[in-house]
Amino acid sequence: MGLMAQLALRKDVVVDKWFARVVDTYPAETARFLRSQKDPFANPVGRTTHQQLGTLVALLDADWNPDTARSALDPIMRIRAVQDFSAARATGFVFDLKQVIRGLMKSPDDARWIGDLKQLDRLIDEMALISFDLFMGCREKVYELKANEMKDRTYKAFAKAGLIKEVDDE
Amino acid sequence: MADETPKPQELLDRIAYQPPAKHWMDVPVNIRKGMYCYASNPKSVEYLSMPNARPWNPLEDDWQLPENWQQILHEGFKERLEKFRSIKVFMDICVRCGACADKCHFFIGTGDPKNMPVLRAELLRSVYRNDFTALGKVLGRLNGARPMTLDVLKEWWYYLFQCTECRRCSLFCPYGIDTAEITIFGRELLNLLGLNIDWVATPVANCYRTGNHLGIQPHAFKDMLDFFVDDIEEITGLRCEQTFNEKGADILFITPSGDVFADPGTYTCMGYMMLFHYLKEKYGLKVTWSTYASEGGNFGFFTSHETMKRLNAKMYLEARRLGVKWILGGECGHMWRVINQYMDTMNGPADFLETPVNPITGTVYQNAASTKMVHISEFTADLIRHGKLELDPSRNDNKIITFHDSCNPARGMGMFEEPRYVIKSVANHFYEMPANTIREQTFCCGSGAGLNAGENMELRMAGGLPRANAVKYVHETFGVNMLACVCAIDRAALPASMEYWVPEVDVTGVTELVANALILPGEQERTMDLRSEPLPGMEEADE
Repeated sequence: MGLMAQLALRKDVVVDKWFARVVDTYPAETARFLRSQKDPFANPVGRTTHQQLGTLVALLDADWNPDTARSALDPIMRIRAVQDFSAARATGFVFDLKQVIRGLMKSPDDARWIGDLKQLDRLIDEMALISFDLFMGCREKVYELKANEMKDRTYKAFAKAGLIKEVDDE
Repeated sequence: MADETPKPQELLDRIAYQPPAKHWMDVPVNIRKGMYCYASNPKSVEYLSMPNARPWNPLEDDWQLPENWQQILHEGFKERLEKFRSIKVFMDICVRCGACADKCHFFIGTGDPKNMPVLRAELLRSVYRNDFTALGKVLGRLNGARPMTLDVLKEWWYYLFQCTECRRCSLFCPYGIDTAEITIFGRELLNLLGLNIDWVATPVANCYRTGNHLGIQPHAFKDMLDFFVDDIEEITGLRCEQTFNEKGADILFITPSGDVFADPGTYTCMGYMMLFHYLKEKYGLKVTWSTYASEGGNFGFFTSHETMKRLNAKMYLEARRLGVKWILGGECGHMWRVINQYMDTMNGPADFLETPVNPITGTVYQNAASTKMVHISEFTADLIRHGKLELDPSRNDNKIITFHDSCNPARGMGMFEEPRYVIKSVANHFYEMPANTIREQTFCCGSGAGLNAGENMELRMAGGLPRANAVKYVHETFGVNMLACVCAIDRAALPASMEYWVPEVDVTGVTELVANALILPGEQERTMDLRSEPLPGMEEADE
């Protein structure tokens, strides 16, 4: 059985171990909460992260689809982009998956896994690149919201006070 | 040389994934851009005769504090412990059970443990123990006590302005400790040192001087409503003229100025105007607006008790001057908490006004017997219940609606059913968000209590996550595309939150939905809603 198929059999373990690594990027008190509260509305950060990591792990065994990876990474990155993380710390969790998988293998250095691990690392690297893009997109969105609020506040006030003269259509 | 280069595995193994577990007192405050609001403009602080007005910058080491700042804080703390029994009790009785810890939207969204309500309160309690309790004085840190230092002060400021005073945490406290009151108290202490944020200080000064947060003068206020009269005429063919400062009117109407000047609140404002026009034409009801008491909101509430009282007083002075029977209040958040929880002991009893009676239905608002102030949703629900409004709910058929209970009308005055009844009467598609995110347990928009600035957008987005997460669920499950609310801060804050988290969902006031459905006597065939967008089935007429 190939590595990917074996991973599929132990998907839950992989997800839980990966999730534990992500959660440990938060302070200890917060990590405890993120791990233990199972209600998705009481714990949106923990449950969203857990659910989307599951989608990503499943993707490794399925036909790789960057769009699906993007949709799964988006909710996680959207959260981490407004939390107290640098770009590296916000996205670094993706690389953790390499260690998680190797940690679950009895002999990761065995020559028969070289091909599979190479393929796996390539997919994980691709996920990381997608997450960098998403992180930047979210940061740009935050700056856009800031700029637009500022612009709307002054422009709309002027417009409503009749102080703006638009260029006529004709 | 090459042998000394660590292998990737070795490098990865060296990474400590978990931040070092430290006692919270040993974690220094890190004032991060995007998480705080700019410091108050000294002119605004001065205008209110508040102490220690000066320019200062939260990012600089020197906050330009008065030399005896520790003494000022200590004495301010002492004075308030004697004046407010509740604060003394809240300082003493917390057993740190942690029931509140994970209930705060800022903790849930930011993941910062100092946003756990228990820990935010502990920032103050630690100083209380040190200064005012025997055990704290003797045992010091063993008893959870610490002296007031510059770092502690900065920590107070940073985290007391990461609380929207929404009171969700207090709902879960077995002792009934109101952490919002602790924030209110803490901010009052900070104001003794001139440490307000400008998003609060300047609106307060504007409101005190001109009558509303934005500092819009009476003629401009009237101009704005006149523009809306023109807009409404385009949609309905009718001129819904309003009266201003009219002595002898039945009712004085007061709403947050945000409804008059900021989209999408402006559509709610047009909704009020259409409703009042309808009631005047059908039933002869005389409602007047005031250009003096032109603000329902009260950012004084986020400054100090004294400031809240000063701003609140003008509503009642104006009601007395105009000789109205009672006051009708618009869709506002904290205005209602000020009215329901503080007004009576600050400026009340308003016994020169009558217990509100709806002259059209005869309903007596016993709940407002003391405050003399009725919420527009209570008023509208009563009119609908008695069949006094002619409505066409199908005009809202393109809106799949959910309702966000605004913290203050929900937890601060217990109003849950009226807005829902109104929405269900004026629209056909309504879905609730999950039970642990609505009614008493509603999640804050993340931008209340004066935190709706632009510079703290990261904080607002993180704090808005739990609410947005529930909206996302009903959007994905039921196709919800419209988030209704009864608060002007919500209407200002939630559009940005939705744009970040659930861009497919728009934000509306409840009265905007009412006015869409309201069939005005003599109106032209309606093809557009209040946003000048085509009504369902009228898409072609629009082209």
